[in-house]
Amino acid sequence: MLEIKDLHAGFDGNEIIKGISLSIKKGEIHAVMGPNGSGKSTKAKILSGHPSYEAMGGEILFDGENLLEMDAEERSLAGIFMGFQYPVEVPGVNNAEFLRMAHNARRVKAGEEEIDPLDFDDLLSEKMKMLGMEKKYKERNLNDGFSGGEKKKNEILQMAILEPKLSILDETDSGLDIDALRVVSEGVNKLRNENNALILITHYQRLLDYIKPDYVHVLSNGKIVKSGDKTLALELESQGYDWVTTAN
Amino acid sequence: MSDEQNSVSDILEDDTYKYGFTTDVESDTFAKGLDEGVIRAISKKKNEPQFMLDFRLKAFAKWKTMKEPEWPNVHYPPIDFQNISYYSAPKQKKVLNSLDEVDPEVMRTFEKLGIPLDEQKKLANVAVDAVFDSVSVATTHKKKLMEVGIIFCSFSEALQEYPELIEEYLGTVVPVGDNYYAALNSAVFTDGSFVYIPPDTISPMEISTYFRINTEETGQFERTLIICAENSYVSYLEGCTAPQFDTNQLHAAVVELVTLENAEIKYSTVQNWYAGDKETGKGGIYNFVTKRGKCQGDGSKISWTQVETGSAITWKYPSCLLLGDNTSGEFYSVALTNGHMQADTGTKMIHVGKNTRSSIISKGISADHSSNSYRGQVKVGKNATNARNYSQCDSMLVGDKSSAHTFPYIETANSSVQVEHEAATSKISEDQLFYFESRGISRENAIEAVISGFCKEVFKQLPMEFAVEAQKLLTLKLEDSVG
Ligand SMILES: Nc1ncnc2c1ncn2[C@@H]1O[C@H](COP(=O)(O)OP(=O)(O)OP(=O)(O)O)[C@@H](O)[C@H]1O
Ligand SMILES: [Mg+2]
Repeated sequence: MLEIKDLHAGFDGNEIIKGISLSIKKGEIHAVMGPNGSGKSTKAKILSGHPSYEAMGGEILFDGENLLEMDAEERSLAGIFMGFQYPVEVPGVNNAEFLRMAHNARRVKAGEEEIDPLDFDDLLSEKMKMLGMEKKYKERNLNDGFSGGEKKKNEILQMAILEPKLSILDETDSGLDIDALRVVSEGVNKLRNENNALILITHYQRLLDYIKPDYVHVLSNGKIVKSGDKTLALELESQGYDWVTTAN
Repeated sequence: MSDEQNSVSDILEDDTYKYGFTTDVESDTFAKGLDEGVIRAISKKKNEPQFMLDFRLKAFAKWKTMKEPEWPNVHYPPIDFQNISYYSAPKQKKVLNSLDEVDPEVMRTFEKLGIPLDEQKKLANVAVDAVFDSVSVATTHKKKLMEVGIIFCSFSEALQEYPELIEEYLGTVVPVGDNYYAALNSAVFTDGSFVYIPPDTISPMEISTYFRINTEETGQFERTLIICAENSYVSYLEGCTAPQFDTNQLHAAVVELVTLENAEIKYSTVQNWYAGDKETGKGGIYNFVTKRGKCQGDGSKISWTQVETGSAITWKYPSCLLLGDNTSGEFYSVALTNGHMQADTGTKMIHVGKNTRSSIISKGISADHSSNSYRGQVKVGKNATNARNYSQCDSMLVGDKSSAHTFPYIETANSSVQVEHEAATSKISEDQLFYFESRGISRENAIEAVISGFCKEVFKQLPMEFAVEAQKLLTLKLEDSVG
């Protein structure tokens, strides 16, 4: 599904990602861990097409298509979803309406009619229930004044509505309380199937207790310095990053 | 406004100023310059009653003693008032018996602007007075309105047919010497619209005037007078465009509204005069307008809604004089500036009667190198017990070269008054737009959503079709400016 080949990337001419290769197949879960500032979010932003970040070398194929030639809107419509580490607030734009716009953009792309607003409301209610979100978040403005954890839940709500092929969740677990972490993780698990894939960026094992990765990669200074199965995360949890980053 | 209105979707395809064309018509234009002789000539040309000429001459005498205001937060080279022609009209027979006699080029112009005037195509639920340069060329649905006693016609015609109404009300809301541009207008205005709603009448349709400046060195000085008698209601719309010239044209209009007991006037404007070249700032309309409403009768209400998206310079403060007890005034405004535009706009709410209420919602959006100022005054007199005002003035900056300013002035002469003022500044950021795009929503739809969210309280005051148009117009103007 996703093929990253020797990717170099950064912004304003600073190279932050210094040669990453990664292959992700349908149905897989990949966890990406690594010290602060190692380039995890940068990699995620490159994948989602943030205009401030540029690829400086290498290539990314998504379902065989050259991802780097698509803009953010096209990538989203192609099935890539990014759950942001710091979701932006948009005052004045109603949350439910935003979700409906996003949902309709997909429908229009697929040549379908826009959804009836009442049907959408039902769909939204169902997904919100699954994530344990109260109804009032429909009326609120997009992330406006949301607490850190509420913003993260709202990201997963968007994922639930958009049903992407590949989701990149950037530290969705940080900011969630213990119960919310469980509910959100269960929600993410329900959204999984053999046709979609997940990249989880996280610092903590506890997320991986709920959502079990097939692979764990350690990113350090813009490179993948170690890859393994889920036991790698447990080792990191007990020993820290030093042994992988210095061994390299 | 109706199915005929495709103007905005047209502009969406082409983001230069769509209305920038000129129409080639034979016109009757006075030589440039201004003196008493010109004023007498205008009055004579229009066969005006004596009181009208006296009014003009009084205004002119006053104007000569006045100076252009310097307090607005706008900058422009001095205007040479002798280098303007004060009268320009498409040549036509004296009296038009039907629309068939209007120059077909002029009819085509309005059709191109989305305002078809001929009988077959005219907008079904809106009556339109079309003003071309200095004169009104056509008014639709007159008969239908007349059936319920509503008078809707050009100002010139009203002077011939209903001189007593004009004499009674003209200049009672905006006196001839009110301000520099109002005085000039009072001396030289050439046409405009007149509306009279008789007692106990709800206007069966929206009434509107569409202003079009065509000639390069003509000033447009139009006059609108709307009188809404006891227990009546009218919703009035105003639209405007002008061709694209490298020189600046002056538009100095005066609008006077009067409501008698329990009457209500709702006045909405979508202003899209040519704003000058986006890169160089060359050309564009100087829009120096005086709009004021007088809530004369108890319990009456005047509501101004404006969406200002054009003009090189805007200087405009639609105001309410709350004379009667229990009267209320409202001002809802969206002012967008981009390119090199400058806007200094706002309102005045003057509370005189008891239990008077006013509310002000102003939304300023500034992009590119533009400057956008809100200037508002709330004044509460000694006898205006229990008066209340609520003001909210929000600014949105797009990019980092534009500026927004807020100048609220509050004066109260009694202690039972409640005045609230809120202000906030926000920004459309690249990160917000990226967030939308990363959810598959186009940039255009994202801007539209953010802007319409910001302007929500104002747009909901506009008639539906107007609101949709206004929203698209703003989006279109901002698309290049964000990021
Ligand atoms: N827009 C930016 N402006 C300045 N520096 C940036 C920007 N984006 C990334 N960086 C820098 O690039 C490096 C990698 O940042 P990135 O956000 O990818 O790290 P991360 O691995 O996600 O870290 P964390 O675990 O703290 O979230 C950091 O040194 C960061 O400061
Ligand atoms: Mg990060």
